[in-house]
Amino acid sequence: MLSTLASLTVTALQAKLRAREVSPREALDALAARIDAVDGRLRGYLSTDLEYARRAAESADVTLPLGGVPIAVKDVVSVAGQPCGCASKILAGYRAPFDATAIARLRAAGAIPFGRTNMDEFAMGSSTENSAFQLTRNPWDLSRVPGGSSGGSAAVVAADTAFAALGTDTGGSIRQPAALCGCVGLKPSYGRVSRYGLVAFASSLDQIGPLTKTVADAALLLGVMAGRDPLDSTSLDAPVPDYAAAVRDFSIKGARIGLPKEYFVSGIDPQVEAAVRAAVAHYAKLGAEIVEVSLPHTEYAVAVYYIIATAEASANLARFDGVRYGHRAADTNGLLEHYGRTRAEGFGPEVKRRIILGTYVLSSGYYDAYYLRAQKVRTLMRQDFEKAFAQCDALICPTSPVPAFKLGERTADPLAMYLADIFTIAANLAGICGVSLPGGFAKAADDGDRELPIGVQLLGPAFAEEKLLGIAHAFEQTTDWHQRRPALG
Amino acid sequence: MRYLTTIGLEVHVQLKTRSKMFCGCAVEYGAAPNTRTCPVCLGLPGALPTMNAEALRLTTLTGLMLGCDIAPTCKFDRKNYFYPDMPKNYQISQYDLPLCVNGAVPLHDLAYPKDAQKSIAHPGKQVGLVRIHLEEDVAKSFHFENSTGIDFDRAGTPLMEIVTRPEIESPEEAFAFLTALRQILVYGDVSDADMEKGQLRCDCNISVRPETQTEFGAKIEIKNMNSVSGVRRALAYEIERQVGELTAGRPLRQETRRWDDAADQTTLMRTKESAHDYRYFPDPDLMPVHTAPLLDAARTRLPELPAAKRARFVQDYAISDYDAAVLADDRALADYFETAAKAAPKPKSVANWVLNDLLSALASAGKSIGECPFPAASLVEMIGLIDSGKISGKQGKEVFAEMFATGKTAGAVVKERGMEQLSDTSALEALCDQVIAANPKPVADYRGGNAASLNFLKGQVMKLSKGQANPALTGEILQRKLA
Ligand SMILES: [Zn+2]
Repeated sequence: MLSTLASLTVTALQAKLRAREVSPREALDALAARIDAVDGRLRGYLSTDLEYARRAAESADVTLPLGGVPIAVKDVVSVAGQPCGCASKILAGYRAPFDATAIARLRAAGAIPFGRTNMDEFAMGSSTENSAFQLTRNPWDLSRVPGGSSGGSAAVVAADTAFAALGTDTGGSIRQPAALCGCVGLKPSYGRVSRYGLVAFASSLDQIGPLTKTVADAALLLGVMAGRDPLDSTSLDAPVPDYAAAVRDFSIKGARIGLPKEYFVSGIDPQVEAAVRAAVAHYAKLGAEIVEVSLPHTEYAVAVYYIIATAEASANLARFDGVRYGHRAADTNGLLEHYGRTRAEGFGPEVKRRIILGTYVLSSGYYDAYYLRAQKVRTLMRQDFEKAFAQCDALICPTSPVPAFKLGERTADPLAMYLADIFTIAANLAGICGVSLPGGFAKAADDGDRELPIGVQLLGPAFAEEKLLGIAHAFEQTTDWHQRRPALG
Repeated sequence: MRYLTTIGLEVHVQLKTRSKMFCGCAVEYGAAPNTRTCPVCLGLPGALPTMNAEALRLTTLTGLMLGCDIAPTCKFDRKNYFYPDMPKNYQISQYDLPLCVNGAVPLHDLAYPKDAQKSIAHPGKQVGLVRIHLEEDVAKSFHFENSTGIDFDRAGTPLMEIVTRPEIESPEEAFAFLTALRQILVYGDVSDADMEKGQLRCDCNISVRPETQTEFGAKIEIKNMNSVSGVRRALAYEIERQVGELTAGRPLRQETRRWDDAADQTTLMRTKESAHDYRYFPDPDLMPVHTAPLLDAARTRLPELPAAKRARFVQDYAISDYDAAVLADDRALADYFETAAKAAPKPKSVANWVLNDLLSALASAGKSIGECPFPAASLVEMIGLIDSGKISGKQGKEVFAEMFATGKTAGAVVKERGMEQLSDTSALEALCDQVIAANPKPVADYRGGNAASLNFLKGQVMKLSKGQANPALTGEILQRKLA
């Protein structure tokens, strides 16, 4: 009973809670038992606050949309009273004194944010190996990465050690780990969910989104979190539809699905490409119309991304200086040494690499050649998507060019790691929405019968999550990839 | 050899907003350290700035008052540098798209230092502006013996930066510029702009060059002046120092100097630094600002400016240019005068009372016009009592002093002191009849040609009326009755 409880979707759990078949306390205890049994091997959580969660469960109002549902939260989103360390040593000892707006809305809807999931330090990475504290393993193969940077969130959802989790997506950090772990990962349009309380990596790209077991769950969580927030000037004042209902009522017949030709190029794992092509055929069979579209500026995406994201990061991460909170180097002599040593000790190599890169591209004499030009190309990419979406309702492509890779396999080669995001970063640059959903399995070449999840990515126009999730739901309802579970015991 | 001086100012003005630039914290000074802070102004992870619309409106209003061009769209940028008083280690400021550009501050005679008002080099000069932009203030550091404390209450306070063109040619003009600017800011209720309270801060760039040289001399920046007279003295000191160096054949280099007010001299802070690279870029947390609605709001708050008020006072109230200038120097004083002048039949006498009696009373009490113990209406009432003969001019001074000391109305003071003259004819006639009946001898004397007896009878009437009888009227009545 207990172990099956933990494997429920949020929607199913909510139904049981409302029907009083299960109490919030029982659900939480089941989850805690599952975490106890599995997380020692998986290491998806940096910390949990079960004491708070039990208190919250005792007084939960199950009539609320997420009443009594425990939610795991990536270590980059502020939850009042809990650590918010971004998996970095530089935030040692820091606890958030306030709730992120997304958290406040989840709490108001009855959810219980109880645990901090592991991530790449400051969300910089694609394997969660850049965490300063621990390696999180892929539930499908413990020798492989869960993806990143929201690797902890993807792993705990896939391993049934969370009903759902929050991640953040700056260049694919929700969708790529969702693909590698076999769960649903939604990156909302820029401005759909408030960023207030999300520790900024790249402010013009970051979005909070859900990692869930089903599309319906993603719709449910998005509906709770979305909407204008006066504390975030970049959040948009657009109406928040009932996503869950819209997804249920959606009809795939006649939907137009675009195939961006630039996304089917060499370098994609053949099994991944085959899975995506099968998904395209599946949509055609369901009555969708398939059209070929072009995104001509795709080849610049990685370069543009690493200029804009690092430039913003170099300023965003300047505040971590040991003056007001977090790690402070001991026995420094003078201000310069204080800054130098605090940051040298506090940040990991990937974060340093990006701060240096970002500082460089903003430097006087280089600004025009890098940052300004990148912004211009970004505009062209945005226009690419606008033109493509004039011809279709959503684009389909792989989420990641490859399934989960081995721990340590790419850590020595940052550029190879950056390429893990080639299909996801354009959505962040353009501000559109995207979702990764389970779309098949690959057999690991080096490990005969080991099956690894493949993610299929759908991209939709900005603020068209209703339709995007509807199209995703239609696929999910007629396939069973999402029902498979890793054999963790 | 004659030397030419070129001065440009960068003025920082604290805006009169209730809350900070990018968060809801109160703008308040003198509270316990770090009690007016929140995640945003402390730069906590995840906190985001949101724009204070009132700060934008006040800056737009300033731009309108100074004749600037208001950009249709402006944006905010991050200025990156590390310092402990800066919570985020970047300051949100405006780089290449400031809210206001161009514009000017007109200098007027009274804005110059008193001792320089007779020898103004360029009467009616206007000092051109480069730009006005908005940014956030930093925290305040306090250095203790072995440590430094930081009070973040000031961090994030709205700060408006006004940059002049290098068009100021003397310390006196710099003084006049700051005085005239301050006056306009106070008129617009944009800031109290008190330099001593740090509400207005000023950095000076000054260079000197031989008359025969066309290019500017080395630019020396002076910081740390905390009064308008300090700016004047610092600039005067620098001119003398720089000319001295040049005359002695020692070339000047670009550097930053600190004004030491007590020692009355500048000292070297740093020579031209390895040029700071602030790595400005647009702040992705804030959307560009469209200024059309700000302009609409600011236009409704555009006050009459000092120059216009001076001209109108001369026109409407028939007072001298000088009197008008003194009255318009302080917006509150001008308002006080005008309230009274509008209600009084003779505005000129209001001006005299305000400029002479009221200003000197305020000065000796160390009070501002805002602290004047009685309202303008009381002053009008008092002047009316004199004009209608109810009290004498001499009594008026006494009444005024009492009003100033106690805040009582003129009527109340007059009544309390029994000053009101008895001018009621029928009452006076009754008194006169009484005195005539009681003093047959003096009456007979008067009728017999002894004119002096009338004074005795008048004295008796005064006595009977306890000194309140109007002497002139009493004399007339007695003469009529004894004729
Ligand atoms: Zn604040």
